[in-house]
Amino acid sequence: MRIAHALILLLLMALPAQAERVVAGLSQARVSITTDFSGSEILVFGAVKREAPAPEGPDLNVVVTVAGPSEPTTVRRKDRRAGIWVNADMQDIGPAPTFYSVATSAPLSEILSPETDRKHRISIRRAIRGVGVTDNNYIDALIRIREDEGLYQISDRAVTLQQDTLFRAGIALPANLTEGAYATRIFLLRGGDVIDRYDTVIVVRKVGLERALYTLAYDQPLIYGILSLAIAIIAGWAASAVFRYFKP
Amino acid sequence: MQIYLPIAEVSVNAFLLLGLGGLVGILSGMFGVGGGFLMTPLMFFIGIPPAVAVATGANQIVASSFSGVLAHLRRRTVDLRMGVVLLIGGLIGAGFGVYIFNLLREMGQVDLLVRLCYVLFLGVIGALMFVESLRALQKSRSGKRPARKKHNWVHGLPLKVRFRTSGLYISVIPPLLVGLLVGVLAAVMGVGGGFIMVPAMIYILGMPTKVVVGTSLFQIIFVTGFTTVLHAATNHTVDMVLAVLMLIGGVVGAQIGTRIGVRMKAEQLRILLALMVLLVCGKLALELLIEPAELYSIGSDG
Repeated sequence: MRIAHALILLLLMALPAQAERVVAGLSQARVSITTDFSGSEILVFGAVKREAPAPEGPDLNVVVTVAGPSEPTTVRRKDRRAGIWVNADMQDIGPAPTFYSVATSAPLSEILSPETDRKHRISIRRAIRGVGVTDNNYIDALIRIREDEGLYQISDRAVTLQQDTLFRAGIALPANLTEGAYATRIFLLRGGDVIDRYDTVIVVRKVGLERALYTLAYDQPLIYGILSLAIAIIAGWAASAVFRYFKP
Repeated sequence: MQIYLPIAEVSVNAFLLLGLGGLVGILSGMFGVGGGFLMTPLMFFIGIPPAVAVATGANQIVASSFSGVLAHLRRRTVDLRMGVVLLIGGLIGAGFGVYIFNLLREMGQVDLLVRLCYVLFLGVIGALMFVESLRALQKSRSGKRPARKKHNWVHGLPLKVRFRTSGLYISVIPPLLVGLLVGVLAAVMGVGGGFIMVPAMIYILGMPTKVVVGTSLFQIIFVTGFTTVLHAATNHTVDMVLAVLMLIGGVVGAQIGTRIGVRMKAEQLRILLALMVLLVCGKLALELLIEPAELYSIGSDG
């Protein structure tokens, strides 16, 4: 009896969440890294789909996150030992995204409850899992360094939300991108909770010369090495020959 | 003009790279140093990952050294016989060096050891060379000819060979040992070893400064060439786009540097090299002594 009650209550609570859904698109789903690649801006846009009029209550907010491929990361800390600064301690952070960008329609702390953040891993701090990391200074340092490099971004109010229905956000991808699938998530939030989410992927890939050299370097490393050497020798000889021609 | 580097995975200014390559090339042609000890820190500074900087630096040095050697060969200032003897020692030493390097890496703190090695060797070599060349310069100003061909322990050893270009008749054992020692240090410190080789040739082997530069470049080509292929084959860290941009600057710089070097007095050349070595040494020492602004650093490996 009590269980049935609870179930009905749960269903009633879940109902409003189904009433609003997010539909979204990207200005481009592929980013091609060419030789003159110097960063890119991707427009994320979409709308909130409703079967019924917008419910009363807390404001509607939209959060867009883009996460680059994760890599196992180590943070080292320097300390003074016998008068010189050396790498004294290190901490394995575990997999951390090489790029992470959060764009929101209002400051994240006001629209997202800590529990929801933990569940969906929305904020930068949560996107880096840091399992078993006891000293938070290391994770803070990782965030600080990557933020300085423009690899971790948090842009409050970068999402424009019009009449609680249409939204768009520009995500700036820096020039120092790694290749891979960039998981893009769009969250619809009300009262600190996620009421719907939309997942998609931006594929970042090297093309043309960049692709050819990268493939050669990894598939035929010896040939690549000898080719590099040959270029160096030829260039050295050519410069010498040119200079001799002009100045006998 | 921004260029995206396929292996380093960063975007950098192409003209900046050309300029850096040129600067290091000039030094290479003038002094017979590969320039690795300058190039690698400069590449770190513009944001290229350390592993890529070390491997690509080696590739760039091959180009500028080759360009420099050709210019020296025409002036007959390369002692090929001496070069080969040094090279044999150097390659054996490099093998030892890689072994020691891996041993130290297992113990940790290899980064610190490399830095301390740099500070110690650059400091000692730079200071000795500076004092010596200053004295030589004063002597030549006062009109006295410096007594060059001194007899020391080097001349008492067996297996004597005539090195005609250097005007030496000495045992092959000292050059082999010098090559061996430089090879070990070069592998541990990740450089061609020119800045150790050049003073060793002048002060231990007693070779004339003019011949030293070309001969040093000659053996650097082989050591760095070997390193390049090794890095490319095992670590995939040679960035061809980065290397090409830097070596265009490098080969032109090396030609200019050789011409400047020929016009200068040997003592002046040595003083300048000493000053440069001391400058790099000072910078590295300061980094170890002054509290860094950011205590933390990120490494991608475990």
